[in-house]
Amino acid sequence: MPRLDSTRYTVIFATVVCVVCALLVSVAAVSLQPRQAANARLYMEKNVLLAAGLAQPGADLSEQEVKAIFEKRIRARLVDFETGELVPEGKVDARGYDQRKARNDPGASRVAPPNNAGIGRIPNQGIVYFIMKDDTVDQIVIAVEGLGMWGTIYGFLSLAPDGNTVRGLTYYDQKETPGLGGEIGNPNWLALWRGRKGFDDQWNARITVIKGEAGAPEVDPLRVDGLSGATVTSNAVTRLMQFWLSDNGYGKFLKRLREGAIT
Amino acid sequence: MSATTLGLSKQDRAVLFDPVILNNPIGVQVLGICSALAVTTRLDKALVMGIGVTLVTALANFAVSLVRSYTPGSIRIIVQLSIIASLVIVFDQILKATLYELSLELSVFVGLIITNCIVMGRAEGFAMQNPPLRSLLDGIGNGLGYSLVLLLVALSRELLGAGKVFGFVVLPLTKDGGWYVPNGLMLLAPSALFIIGLLIWALRAWKPQLQEKD
Repeated sequence: MPRLDSTRYTVIFATVVCVVCALLVSVAAVSLQPRQAANARLYMEKNVLLAAGLAQPGADLSEQEVKAIFEKRIRARLVDFETGELVPEGKVDARGYDQRKARNDPGASRVAPPNNAGIGRIPNQGIVYFIMKDDTVDQIVIAVEGLGMWGTIYGFLSLAPDGNTVRGLTYYDQKETPGLGGEIGNPNWLALWRGRKGFDDQWNARITVIKGEAGAPEVDPLRVDGLSGATVTSNAVTRLMQFWLSDNGYGKFLKRLREGAIT
Repeated sequence: MSATTLGLSKQDRAVLFDPVILNNPIGVQVLGICSALAVTTRLDKALVMGIGVTLVTALANFAVSLVRSYTPGSIRIIVQLSIIASLVIVFDQILKATLYELSLELSVFVGLIITNCIVMGRAEGFAMQNPPLRSLLDGIGNGLGYSLVLLLVALSRELLGAGKVFGFVVLPLTKDGGWYVPNGLMLLAPSALFIIGLLIWALRAWKPQLQEKD
């Protein structure tokens, strides 16, 4: 038995403990990764349904149920941000498209134009979910993201076929301060967005989270109640929403949609 | 099932069951309060947190006790922390793979099990002096004691704050056409402090030997 307090023994013991612990953690992380990725994906798709109002907050939908709704009601397509046109169907699996991965892939993304939403790169293509009702488009769900206070905020915005009126919104992945900025995930606050407009009369993306309370959507369509104690998060939400509605994001696509060039 | 069929000696039984009531980590030692305030708005959160802390305390105690006679005194705290931290990360990973949405809601609090005073306190205060199996029992006991208080607090908060038990409506709320006006304070952290205070009072009134002489 070596002396417990010798430097040599202490270093060796510490190393062994570290290696054993590291091994344990890595085995757990690597072996559980596929399950976690599948869960994250299912959660993301549930939030598409939430944004579109096809599922209620807190509803516990199974993978099969989500899949069934997707097959019945939702057509996933990709939009080319450069032209605003839909990528032809059949070439790619739009539902399996990973926008975050594409954004980090130099071959599938580009440097974002200067912006205040903290967006460094944008993918060349963006996901769009057409929510169908009796063979006509009922809603269009687009993906939004941007830098919040502590990390990137990811969400889905559902618009009416006019490409302007908000039908629903969710933020499903965010690291904002719980209780303050974290309230952007609160269904009651998200419900305030319903009926508001993304664009003003000149079709500039103008929807803004203000300080204080906004009026009813009919009279005050371009403004949303701010979150008290969360100025940074509120501003981040304004910026990221305006970025993705602008021509840098889905703007060109929404314009084509308004003009009836997208069917 | 009587306790004897567990095959435990009287001493082992005391190690296992004392922390549940008589030496409850929250009620008597007043440790681990931070997470008790944060994750007790709903019973399902409290249950998962209780399971997590019980598993971590038990396994950490076991592992720390296994290596206790080989651990150099100068680095024993950091060795305990490494073991605890690894177990917490593994638990967090398992949670993300099985109960994904709940893991999002528990967010930082699972990670904060690492700093839960109970886990560290049992490793340093018990497992360093006792054999592995007894340390395991002590860990389970303390975890159960913690879980018991957490569940009691969560039960009162969810019932009075949202009219529900495990998500099932028990007291129909007025806004849904029922008769119960929920107490909003119950959903905020201070209410947990009041409830824990009341629990500690009740426990000491029931077991007067726990009261300190002043």
